[in-house]
Amino acid sequence: MSESQNLPEPAAGSAPELPQPLAEQAAEVVSVRRGMFGGNGTSGDTSGYGRLVRSIEFPGQSPRPYGGYFDEVENELFGALDERDLAPERAIEKVVVYRDQLTFHVRREHLVAVARTLRDDPALRFELCLGVSGVHFPEDAGSELQILVPLLSITHNRRVHLAASCPDADPHIPSLTGVYPATDWHERETWDMFGIVFDGHPALTRILMPDDWPGHPQRKDYPLGGIPVEFKGAQIPAPDQRRSYR
Amino acid sequence: MSLDVAQAVGDEMGGQPEEPGAGRTAHDPYAAAGTVGSEEGTETVYTLAGGDWDEIANALSSGEGLSPEDRIVVNMGPQHPSTHGVLRLVVETEGETVTEVRCGIGFLHTGIEKNLEFRNWTQGCTFVTRMDYTTPFYQEVAYCLAVEKLLGVEEQVPERANVIRVLLMELNRIASHMVCIATGGMEMGALSAMIFGFRERELVLDIFEMITGLRMNHAFVRPGGVAQDLPPGAVDKIREFLALMPERMKDIEALCNENPIFKGRTEGVGFLDLTGCMALGITGPVLRATGLPHDLRKTQPYCGYENYEFDVVTWDTSDSYGRYRIRMDEVRQSLRIVEQCLDKLKPGPVMIEDRKIAWPAQLALGGDGMGNSLDHIRHIMGESMEALIHHFKLVTEGFHVPPGQVYVGIESPKGELGCHAVSDGGTRPYRVHFRDPSFNNLQAVSVMSEGGMIADLIVAVASIDPVMGGVDR
Repeated sequence: MSESQNLPEPAAGSAPELPQPLAEQAAEVVSVRRGMFGGNGTSGDTSGYGRLVRSIEFPGQSPRPYGGYFDEVENELFGALDERDLAPERAIEKVVVYRDQLTFHVRREHLVAVARTLRDDPALRFELCLGVSGVHFPEDAGSELQILVPLLSITHNRRVHLAASCPDADPHIPSLTGVYPATDWHERETWDMFGIVFDGHPALTRILMPDDWPGHPQRKDYPLGGIPVEFKGAQIPAPDQRRSYR
Repeated sequence: MSLDVAQAVGDEMGGQPEEPGAGRTAHDPYAAAGTVGSEEGTETVYTLAGGDWDEIANALSSGEGLSPEDRIVVNMGPQHPSTHGVLRLVVETEGETVTEVRCGIGFLHTGIEKNLEFRNWTQGCTFVTRMDYTTPFYQEVAYCLAVEKLLGVEEQVPERANVIRVLLMELNRIASHMVCIATGGMEMGALSAMIFGFRERELVLDIFEMITGLRMNHAFVRPGGVAQDLPPGAVDKIREFLALMPERMKDIEALCNENPIFKGRTEGVGFLDLTGCMALGITGPVLRATGLPHDLRKTQPYCGYENYEFDVVTWDTSDSYGRYRIRMDEVRQSLRIVEQCLDKLKPGPVMIEDRKIAWPAQLALGGDGMGNSLDHIRHIMGESMEALIHHFKLVTEGFHVPPGQVYVGIESPKGELGCHAVSDGGTRPYRVHFRDPSFNNLQAVSVMSEGGMIADLIVAVASIDPVMGGVDR
């Protein structure tokens, strides 16, 4: 199957300088939080911590060597991608080793090619795909919706993870069902819960929610719902309305 | 009775010179899904949802130009005793042969993953334990391993806590396999297998009740360790169980292993070979029944599984019978591991040293189940102001987990149970997703059953051992 139905290939001229995959990158700031509690100004955060600012940083490109089998996997993958005439720095945004886990952040238009390489190359052989899991970062402009695809190689007893992202305005990621049929239901679930459209999926329909359900419940802008609880005369707000620590 | 919606539509359109079949099938959601045979355009597709078979047969035979041999689509479930809870199977049949089957799931979707995001990290245990209700400890352990990994404190979890985790997980594996064999047998009509299976499971649940205070939904495994130590008498009770269980297993094995009816129903049924398993991401007994000894406890040990002696059970028939035999043998291996756990239990703490993570409320078993430990309450209320502050802060605020994401996979009785946890540095999970093995393995129902009999479909579904609480979450 073709790997980019609706995805525009980044034009060579207009695209900014591609980051070098091996160059160490600063941590990625996905969000900035203010205050200590969830007060929205009117109800008043009287704690005195209202001016706290905390930026949420996710790990960036890791410095080499990564240790363990990670370097070998990266070398093999980059070599195999080169053989397929796909420059690694074009396909792979960054390589993150965090908590002993290797994650390739792949540009979405190349996700299928990278997955196919990981599956087919004899030195890689990631036979098992363990699903697709979405995450929503509403404040991470340009990549609000992200997915994580864990892969397992039984042959070499290794794990890697693929991560891809898409903007909320263009929620399209190519489907992996052509490479790993196992992602069929997982992609339907991620569509159901996050509204990510997996292009090329044979039947992208809702799977957990009813067919006519409006909205995508796992997105951060989708309310939890719930009603206040009466407890011995006092009223306790619903879980999503309660004050929370940030 | 909602017989032949498609047929009624077809009759209404009878006056219009439309292509035969096209108008009828267009109104049927499953008619277009696939067709069998060459006379595709002239077929009438019936969708049956309840009703009396006699009426259906009469309607089929009385209609002009209709033949009772037409294919029918049967909506089996979600409320059907043989579909393992609320699983809906949309079965297209030709006679008694299944030509196409699709699963409808989501009837037990409770939004656990969403709810999690509004509680602190420790409270997450209470939610995840309710996903697959036959394997509560596996979700708890997967979740806690993920949280510990995000915190970077895996090494600090005390040895005794790990042994208790393994002990509970392996007992849980026995209970889960017993439920699988019991319900699978029941669905085939082997009611004695059901009685034996649930009887044996009850023994395990009694142990759970003694240790955690609850038979199911324990929330006993917490980030950093387990909620409390084993109560006095627990080890003796488990040893009694270890002595009794092999005898009890003989009941089931004598009943099923060489039973010609049981073998006739299961051998060669629900066939799925290694290629199919790899493509569909199938793990657990279904994968091991193809002969591949893949077990995360061996290949990627966690909780100290590398210190236990046990065998990975395989079978080479790739069918439902092989999966049944694997489950029985795995129960035996689990008994072996439990025995080793009891020997490994050395006195020591069961919760991490770090008081910023360790949930301070020591619980105790009271007359009405597990509750606050009176000793702990006396300490914080009467003895130490700092302890009270600390307790209050940790319980109301929770602990902060550094930003990042991890995926942890463990070997549950049904296959790889994965937990993808994302933290934004706050005191609550930003996103927790469970890769439930039942959810993934249910995808194999079509490929296992199409072309077989309806009766074999039931056996195939049972051999996957799906639990809808885990599938729908």
